[in-house]
Amino acid sequence: MLDRAPAEGSAKNEPARRVRFRGAGFVPASSRFGGWIALALVIAIWQAAGSAGLVNPLFLPAPAAIARAIYELAVSGALWHHLSASLLRIGVGWLLGTAAGVAVGFAIGLSRLARSVGITFISALFPIPKIALLPLLILWLGIGEEPKIATIALGVFFSTAISVYSGVDAVPRNLIRMAQSFNVPFATIVRKVIWPGALPAILAGFRITASVALLLVVSAEMIGAQYGIGAFVLQAGNLMQTDQLLAGVVILSVFGLAVGKVIGWLETRLLHWR
Amino acid sequence: MESERYLMDLIANHISHRFGDLAVLDDVSFTVSAGEVVAIVGPSGCGKSTLLSILGGLLQPTSGAPELRGAPPADSLNPLTFVFQDFALLPWATVEENVEFPLLHTQLSAAQRRALVDDALRRTGLTDFRTTYPKQLSGGMRQRVGISRALAVKPAILLMDEPLSALDSQTRELLMEDFVHLLADGGMGAVYVTHNLEEAARLADRIVVLSRRPGRIREVVTVPMTRAARGETAAREKLLALQNQIWSLIRNEAIDAEREVQHA
Repeated sequence: MLDRAPAEGSAKNEPARRVRFRGAGFVPASSRFGGWIALALVIAIWQAAGSAGLVNPLFLPAPAAIARAIYELAVSGALWHHLSASLLRIGVGWLLGTAAGVAVGFAIGLSRLARSVGITFISALFPIPKIALLPLLILWLGIGEEPKIATIALGVFFSTAISVYSGVDAVPRNLIRMAQSFNVPFATIVRKVIWPGALPAILAGFRITASVALLLVVSAEMIGAQYGIGAFVLQAGNLMQTDQLLAGVVILSVFGLAVGKVIGWLETRLLHWR
Repeated sequence: MESERYLMDLIANHISHRFGDLAVLDDVSFTVSAGEVVAIVGPSGCGKSTLLSILGGLLQPTSGAPELRGAPPADSLNPLTFVFQDFALLPWATVEENVEFPLLHTQLSAAQRRALVDDALRRTGLTDFRTTYPKQLSGGMRQRVGISRALAVKPAILLMDEPLSALDSQTRELLMEDFVHLLADGGMGAVYVTHNLEEAARLADRIVVLSRRPGRIREVVTVPMTRAARGETAAREKLLALQNQIWSLIRNEAIDAEREVQHA
């Protein structure tokens, strides 16, 4: 028997009470379908309010009207016309900005000279809203696709460069020292240690730059384009066609979601070791 | 050809080092003869790990130099090879990819690399874990991967920086047995940095005792028995006496170092 004799005044004779559970730290867990159910609920309420005439359709068209507008856009071919123009601008601008951002980010992360020069320039130029440069870019590059693509590329470049050099900085130094202790050449260290080590930050940067590209393409198309989702949204707004306007917004949202899914898939494939 | 492994000495030649105004090491000189195991002990902050980094070419000393005398074994791909305290494993690589990593830039063919990796994994009991990622392994198994990676390049001298300090006591004991086994034939020398005097006494042929910062050599203690004999019950008393002797050398400085850390 490990029980000791009760001390004087002991509570041994009182009934035992269970210790109250006080929590295991804040660990918010998300349910798989919770978000979709909430979204469906909001759309249902929105539709019900529209159908009941509680909301003026000019100010807020019902979801069914927006769906119909998207369907008509798709059937008429206008959707693909606008969407392809936007996708081309986003695709080319994002690729150019990302390629330059990755190259400059790695240079800043790996070279003392590039760091001292690069960080100064990036700090000075990053806060500028890139859309403010569009008129200047039109002056330099003409009124075609180039200034819009250049605006997107510039916006993507700075965010990418920052996330890449932050990612390179975050690679544990002990791994680089380990590689050096085995006389591993610089190029192999970059390829086998720094690149995979910085990849989580780079992919996180892609999420940001995808949003930046979407924001800039819409802004640029609103300023100077005949085709593109931004131009379409602006035109619909000018004509008070709010169902069309919101159709454009929904298409942008779906595009953003799709890009997020692609990056999520890339993270799952490339960062499975985490 | 095993005698070829006895050809290279590592020499600490009047090594001093400063980090800015802070003197860390002061005129440290000793020689690690081929096949010899030298432990470096001393109070916290005395520059043990700094000295090891300098010996292994990962840090430029302020004055003095690490030197090698003689030729490394012909088959050695990295004569001075580190085993790190924090294992330093690539988290995105499997066990076998980690072990193969230091071989990738060599002239070896894929088949030769594979043979070396297989041998290193077998010697450390990791054959069944070759496709496992580091995050799936315990601390002890991770350090085994670090040791396996070191063995794959056939080192002449292992530079071990507190390799067991991040592990629990049972795992430490098991890995210590592995170290004793690996270093048993004298084919490979080692510099073993530790603050654990028992580890030093169990493993080393000689123990270099450093003073408090700036680290100077206070004494070099020779362990008067073979490593094989140290596992016997009769040897325990002698080893304990040796540990006490070393502890008496550094105790007061260890207390001062501890107070210094608390006031820092």
